[in-house]
Amino acid sequence: MPSRVQTRATVIWLVLFGATAISWTLGAIDGLGVDQRIAPSVLILVVAAFKVRLIGLYFMGLREAPLVLRGTFEGLCLATGLLIIGMYLLG
Amino acid sequence: MTLTPSKVDIDADSASRRHIPGEAGLWFVILGDMAMFAAMFAFYLQGRAQQPELFAQSQDTLNRDLGAVNTVLLLTSSLLVVFATHTVGRAANPRIATRLIVGAMACGLAFVLIKVFEYYEKVAAGITPNTNEFYMYYFGLTGLHLAHLIVGLYFLGILRTLTRKPVVTTTQHAFFEGAACFWHLVDLLWIVIFPLVFLVR
Repeated sequence: MPSRVQTRATVIWLVLFGATAISWTLGAIDGLGVDQRIAPSVLILVVAAFKVRLIGLYFMGLREAPLVLRGTFEGLCLATGLLIIGMYLLG
Repeated sequence: MTLTPSKVDIDADSASRRHIPGEAGLWFVILGDMAMFAAMFAFYLQGRAQQPELFAQSQDTLNRDLGAVNTVLLLTSSLLVVFATHTVGRAANPRIATRLIVGAMACGLAFVLIKVFEYYEKVAAGITPNTNEFYMYYFGLTGLHLAHLIVGLYFLGILRTLTRKPVVTTTQHAFFEGAACFWHLVDLLWIVIFPLVFLVR
């Protein structure tokens, strides 16, 4: 009988798997013009930031960590996400 | 407003349940590593902005399908490690945790084999880190990640021996959690490297 932690981790794995399938499908679209590539690419990067947060909170166990640690992790994820998406859009 | 005693009890209880996975020092390494990779991603995007055509053409030679397979391998290995961390020292049968860690190591080894195949394909086609700036970043980022993964596999090897112990001490369990978090870091870094280098156009 799986525990609550194991059931939750399995659900998170399914979400991560689904998110990977979405990103992979978006990344495999060929023949788009330069402007048409922007929306799928930004979506791929947003999905990546969402996945990183899920891994931190549910696999690393930061959901139950002291708020300083959880906050630092989430702040770093947000800052990195904004940096990457911002530089992509400006580039 | 004054809190009723029951509310105070609940708050104290939830605060005491908050727990640092592994040990505090490890988190300097994990968060520092994440920040270092974030800086490298910024350099990659700066290089891309300067030579968009070159980066786009070079990126098209990468195998996106193998990259996706590698993502699923790491996600699965992470799930197995979560299960093992929760099982070690608790399950009636210690072999379950051992099998979970062995499964995670098998996923990690499969990732290494696929990566070696990818590098072999590139080198056989005459592509090396010196070919152009894109490939310098491709080999640099994926190579540094691969080095992390090999260190992670070493830690998983230690966890495998821990799972065989009938009794796990609090210190050993903290080590287990810490090493597990390092393995999740390997997964987490790939979750950004794959879309950024392989998928984003």
